[in-house]
Amino acid sequence: MRRFLALLAFLPIALAAATARAETLIAAMSSHRVQITSNYTGSQLTVFGLVERDGRTVARGDPYDIIITVRGPRRMLLVRQKERVGPIWINRTQRRFPDSPVFLHVASSRPISAMMSEEAAQRDRIGLANAERTAGNWIDLDPGSARFRDSLVRIMQSKDLYGYDERGVTFLSNALFSAPVDIPATAPTGSYTVDILLYAGGVPLARQQTSFEVIKTGIEQRLASGAYDWSLLYGLMTVLMALFLGWGASVVFRRD
Amino acid sequence: MQIYLPIAELPISVLMVLGLSGAVGFISGLFGVGGGFLLTPLLIFLDIPPAVAVATVAAQVAGSSMTGVLTYLRRKALDLKLGGVLVSGGIVGTVLGVLFFNTMRRLGQLELVITLSYVTLFSIIGGLMLYDALRAMLRVRAGKPARRKRRGGMHPWWMGLPMRMRFHRSGLYCSVVPIALLAVVIGFIGAVLGVGGGFILVPGLIYFFRIPPAVVVGTSLFQILVTMTGATVLHAVTNQSVDIVLATLLLLGGVIGAQFGGRAARNLNVESFRMLLALLILSVGMRFAIELFIPPSDPFSVVVPESAR
Repeated sequence: MRRFLALLAFLPIALAAATARAETLIAAMSSHRVQITSNYTGSQLTVFGLVERDGRTVARGDPYDIIITVRGPRRMLLVRQKERVGPIWINRTQRRFPDSPVFLHVASSRPISAMMSEEAAQRDRIGLANAERTAGNWIDLDPGSARFRDSLVRIMQSKDLYGYDERGVTFLSNALFSAPVDIPATAPTGSYTVDILLYAGGVPLARQQTSFEVIKTGIEQRLASGAYDWSLLYGLMTVLMALFLGWGASVVFRRD
Repeated sequence: MQIYLPIAELPISVLMVLGLSGAVGFISGLFGVGGGFLLTPLLIFLDIPPAVAVATVAAQVAGSSMTGVLTYLRRKALDLKLGGVLVSGGIVGTVLGVLFFNTMRRLGQLELVITLSYVTLFSIIGGLMLYDALRAMLRVRAGKPARRKRRGGMHPWWMGLPMRMRFHRSGLYCSVVPIALLAVVIGFIGAVLGVGGGFILVPGLIYFFRIPPAVVVGTSLFQILVTMTGATVLHAVTNQSVDIVLATLLLLGGVIGAQFGGRAARNLNVESFRMLLALLILSVGMRFAIELFIPPSDPFSVVVPESAR
């Protein structure tokens, strides 16, 4: 449904493309599924894309710019601030960031600041700080909000869950480009969306959306679903295993 | 070598977990404490979600105390009757503790309560034990016996309360009331802090009831075994946060470490035993105090609530 709505939103662009002969974007992922197995330590996908133009496309003086935004599953994120109360430091204030992506990576073919003005970036929701501007608390209602939002981005960046690579998109030819997407092992399971935007001279020309999912497979998936679907059995099995190992050790090491 | 943990949802180095749990298991076997109060903070430090750490450590503590219980049972250094009283008191305390835990979580001050309790509890218990051990050591230096001889009839008043019971293994004839009360307190603290409570039970039984340390360790392990078995199943059913892969790794290291710890305990004299346990408890308390009193390098923190499936 969501995807369908997203498609509807791009319909005008697509129609415009048909009449005014603007460029069209074609994009593909190297894989649409990241499988978590017992030796999983993260993964890397590649986004490939092509800027398609035909004879009637207007000639442009500015080079093509590509911005790719990858968003992971959404959760409520909490940012807390420690403050001094008497002699001790405790979490005093907190802000909620409802429905925020746990994974957010932005890659561009050159620094966004060189492509467009800060106002344009905010308007088009380009860049790490702007990507979620429609969501609550991501907009600067007051100076306090901005501090919490910046801390959220900074801390998530230090965990590799958020990131901005200002030269992450490479043009292989005039029209063909690729960008690696690093999925750290701590990235949550769920579906991820990939938004690809084409700009030239600070003007958006075309956009394309694709997606992939991160899922557990094999024994990992069976254990995880077992823990939820047969929780009592799972708990009893864990305890029995624990007691058995404990008993085993006392037998193996018995000397007296 | 890395292995992906299905419930904690991150990969972890197998060798590091084995080494860590082996070291904690050694301490656990040496002192008869579950080791949860060391292992849980260590796992959280390794980025394992706190709920998963607490629940999985419960399973690991159950397994490693099983080894200890069997060893002490063979050596007849376990008072099952005393253990039974402790377990029943502990159940009452656990229920009260869970109620308190949920109330504090509703008020949003759970984290502060946990840190403050760690600091006060560990500093007081560790400090008292250290003081006592040092005093005994000084008395030995001065050529006197380590502590004053117990004379017949010189019992603290609480041992003479009604409902007296004879515990043969412990050489104890004492009212059940204070023992059950101690067990309730330990059950309560255990549920709130996610620890077995052996580190309070062991000194408690030694100081308040003068039970020989050898029996105390075995009996304490028995109480921990029963509580943690129940806790593991409860955690698995109520919040699905027990990671069976992590539990297995922790157990492999833990049970082996506990064996060596139990062996080392036999070659350790009582006074240095008390001193070491006191220092260990005190240092954990200090570690939490630092967090509370030193200005944080980053006042902000991000919490990603547990995945709701």
